[in-house]
Amino acid sequence: MSDITKLSLNELIQNIRNKKLSSTEITNSFIERSEKSKKLNTYVTDNFSSALEAAKIFDEKPNMDLKLPGIPIAVKDLFCTNGVRTTAGSNILNNFIPPYESTVTQSMWDEGAILLGKLNCDEFAMGSSNETSFFGNVQNPIGENLVPGGSSGGSSAALAASLTPVTIGTDTGGSIRQPASFTGTVGLKPTYGSCSRYGIVAFASSLDQAGPMSQNVKDAALLLEVISKFDNKDSTSIDFKRNKYSSELTNNIKGLKIGIPNEYRVEGMPKEIEDLWKKGIEIIKDCGAEIVDISLPTTKYALPTYYIVAPAEASSNLARYDGVKYGFRSEGENLIDMYEKTRSEGFGEEVKRRILIGTYVLSSGYYDAYYLKAQKVRQLIKNDFDNVYNNVDAILTPSTPSSAFKIGEKTDDPVSMYLNDIFTVPVNLAGLPGISIPAGVDDKGFPLGLQIIGKPFDEQTILNIAYSMEEKINFKNNITDWWM
Amino acid sequence: MAKTNQFFIEREQNKYEVVIGLEVHAQVTSDSKLFSSSPTKFGAEPNTQVSLVDAAFPGMLPVINEFCVKQAIKTGIGLKAKINKKSIFDRKNYFYADLPQGYQISQYKYPIIGEGKVILDMTDGQKEIGIERLHLEQDAGKSIHDIDPTNTFVDLNRSGVALMEIVSKPDLRSPDEVNAYIKKLRSIMRYLGTCDGNMQEGSLRADVNVSVRRQGDDNFGTRCEIKNVNSIKFMQMAIIYEANRQVDLIEEGKSIDQETRLFDTKKNETRSMRSKEDAHDYRYFPDPDLLPLEISDEFISQIKDEIPELPDEKKKRFIDKFNLSSYEANILVSDIDTSKYFEEVIKNSDVKLATNWITGELFAVLNEKNLEISESPVSSNNLSKLINLIKDGTISGKIAKTIFEEMIEGDKDPQIIVDQKGLKQESDPKALEELINKVIKNNTSKVEEYKSGKEKLFGFFVGQVMKESKGKGNPQLINKILKEKLNG
Repeated sequence: MSDITKLSLNELIQNIRNKKLSSTEITNSFIERSEKSKKLNTYVTDNFSSALEAAKIFDEKPNMDLKLPGIPIAVKDLFCTNGVRTTAGSNILNNFIPPYESTVTQSMWDEGAILLGKLNCDEFAMGSSNETSFFGNVQNPIGENLVPGGSSGGSSAALAASLTPVTIGTDTGGSIRQPASFTGTVGLKPTYGSCSRYGIVAFASSLDQAGPMSQNVKDAALLLEVISKFDNKDSTSIDFKRNKYSSELTNNIKGLKIGIPNEYRVEGMPKEIEDLWKKGIEIIKDCGAEIVDISLPTTKYALPTYYIVAPAEASSNLARYDGVKYGFRSEGENLIDMYEKTRSEGFGEEVKRRILIGTYVLSSGYYDAYYLKAQKVRQLIKNDFDNVYNNVDAILTPSTPSSAFKIGEKTDDPVSMYLNDIFTVPVNLAGLPGISIPAGVDDKGFPLGLQIIGKPFDEQTILNIAYSMEEKINFKNNITDWWM
Repeated sequence: MAKTNQFFIEREQNKYEVVIGLEVHAQVTSDSKLFSSSPTKFGAEPNTQVSLVDAAFPGMLPVINEFCVKQAIKTGIGLKAKINKKSIFDRKNYFYADLPQGYQISQYKYPIIGEGKVILDMTDGQKEIGIERLHLEQDAGKSIHDIDPTNTFVDLNRSGVALMEIVSKPDLRSPDEVNAYIKKLRSIMRYLGTCDGNMQEGSLRADVNVSVRRQGDDNFGTRCEIKNVNSIKFMQMAIIYEANRQVDLIEEGKSIDQETRLFDTKKNETRSMRSKEDAHDYRYFPDPDLLPLEISDEFISQIKDEIPELPDEKKKRFIDKFNLSSYEANILVSDIDTSKYFEEVIKNSDVKLATNWITGELFAVLNEKNLEISESPVSSNNLSKLINLIKDGTISGKIAKTIFEEMIEGDKDPQIIVDQKGLKQESDPKALEELINKVIKNNTSKVEEYKSGKEKLFGFFVGQVMKESKGKGNPQLINKILKEKLNG
């Protein structure tokens, strides 16, 4: 086999099942390529030697009935992994080794997958460029000094650079779909309540969702099938009937109605994004689906709403990192002094900014004006989607308002950074499923993504639409291995 | 004049009324915590009853314990309160070393239980105390400052334990009412099995809100909250101190600051902890890890079916059915174990005697030995036997007391004591007559005196006969025969 790491997840599984490849061979290939790709800074913690051992054990007694037989997979460092350091990209957890496993990753290991390592991300998943990580920038394999997107930037970069066959990220406001778009890969955020949040370091509890990131739609469908599960350890997990996403995957989307929301034509949107969207519309029509113009009038309030709700929850979720029980501690004169030093040194600037915003909007006297109002607007945004879903089956939008930008380009301008999430954030606020697929390149040759938003619990439909479009778009990522 | 429950603080010119409201924190009787499956046993080694959820590890999530919800609803029913079919858990945010999450999960705007009431039996009649609300919340851990001179130790065993916060309306007017209120709450919860009410173990503690106003004034004064008082005695002491402090301020023309105070049990005084300006901003907001708590009618009616007879109803039944006085009934129902004991005793024996023996002899022994009735040295079965021995004339009341003294040592069967010691009452008239004849014969001069009018001597003859019978003579028979003999 010439280059194992270029194979898709489904191809790897086929090769393992046909005994053309062993888990050890596959695992070795990804480790070797990862070792040569340190410049990308995708791994925070590798698990290579344990992974090889696990691969050997798998090969000795291979169970081919499993969905991910002997497949090595690296995951975002927001998933707690039993006995393997989990940092959430933060100094405050830089020495934290969980004695437990997240439900999502456990589901993968239960299906035969092997942990390859923990991938870099923005600190506590707060960021859109992976530049807020305590462990440094991640390079986008698309081009030197380009951000890979965020917060699942290590995941998108490792996937695009073929350091892992698939990966999982988390998406609070676009953290799977935006980095997928920036790296020419597929990223799916499932309906809120599909994948358990148990064992995932929390950013904003009412928005966080884990999801698959992959080279193609079929791989995403398979990985989603593995990780989407009801879990009674997460009170917000929902017990709905899940499809067999991979086996039910079809490119027949004839007769489906796809909405094009007028309000996503934002001011100053680059022409190439507009063109990409038009191209997407033509492809949808080609596939036999119907295009319907729709209106989501509250769209413009989504970003400000998100930047109240998410920091509010984060300010409370991150209170547990206080130096008392685990993680980083900076000694102080007394308890308060220890808190102040620990949290000042343990958290980075962006995290502190969001804790401050969140604390402010929840404060007495401001709560009604900010948090409560934001919750009401959030309901209106959800109502908008509910209304249009009376007439359409899914919605097509661009994934991001631009392609990947340069490292350092937006670090001094948080608001311009936040604008990156403009198309993805409404989906989280409404708890809907959304998938980003690579659909073209801009004039610099950088990938651009299209987003398909679905009805709640209807991942199958957006996967089918993505699958149909993928076939017609026939996108090829241009990875030159420039870092090697 | 009837004893009254009125309580005022008097100064030269003015008379002040004290207004008290209580926030009682009652630990829910449950094997596991409110949002985790950790055990809740009291007195375990530090940090041995702590799950990853209780210690707030990254990514850990709370899952509501249905049993604790049921316990809260049960308590709500016991307080004749409104059960809210939808309630919401909020986060109360503050930093402390024994608060691992950095917030306490509590209920703020939408508690599980709404308005209810508690009836107090005071010496001057019944008084109704309004319940404002009851909500569920997590307890914090414990900071231990006195093990090491420079370090604080934290024990998280209590972290996450379910508490019910029961907030009264400001309806209480005296330390006596506070005493009665706490005891009644405790009694109701013990009947329901929702809180063991053990104040030594911290299962029941209260924040006490105190204000004063001139007698006749309709407006409330500024209140101070005395935090975390853990015995009724301390609550009463704190109230008396605090009310007097406030009255003194008013008398001096000063104003009262709304503040949180601590009660120093050693100095018997309250001290300012923080003023209203320094009050924490807890930044309450609905916990996004938990969905609103929705309770179905079926769930509530299922729980209603499990509600036992409560003290008020039991008292009424005891009075109606057994003809007990209100006072007696109160004593017997106030504690669930006492009422259980009483009901077991009267299954097979006389109610009146049982009432007297339990509230008299038994309580005296329990008091003396400082025991709960559940630890009574005399079982209900044996007390019931003793009462039957009295009732059927086998023994006299006096002998019964002697037997009871022996029963205390190892819960002995009274019948066996009677048999072994030959304590069966002598009720054979012929045998008694013989003894009487003997006494008359041996005391001829006294008999003369009696016959010549010194009737007081009758007691002497009874005593002598009793002595001859070694205390076993049936007193009624002795009286009867002796009278016939002496007067005949």
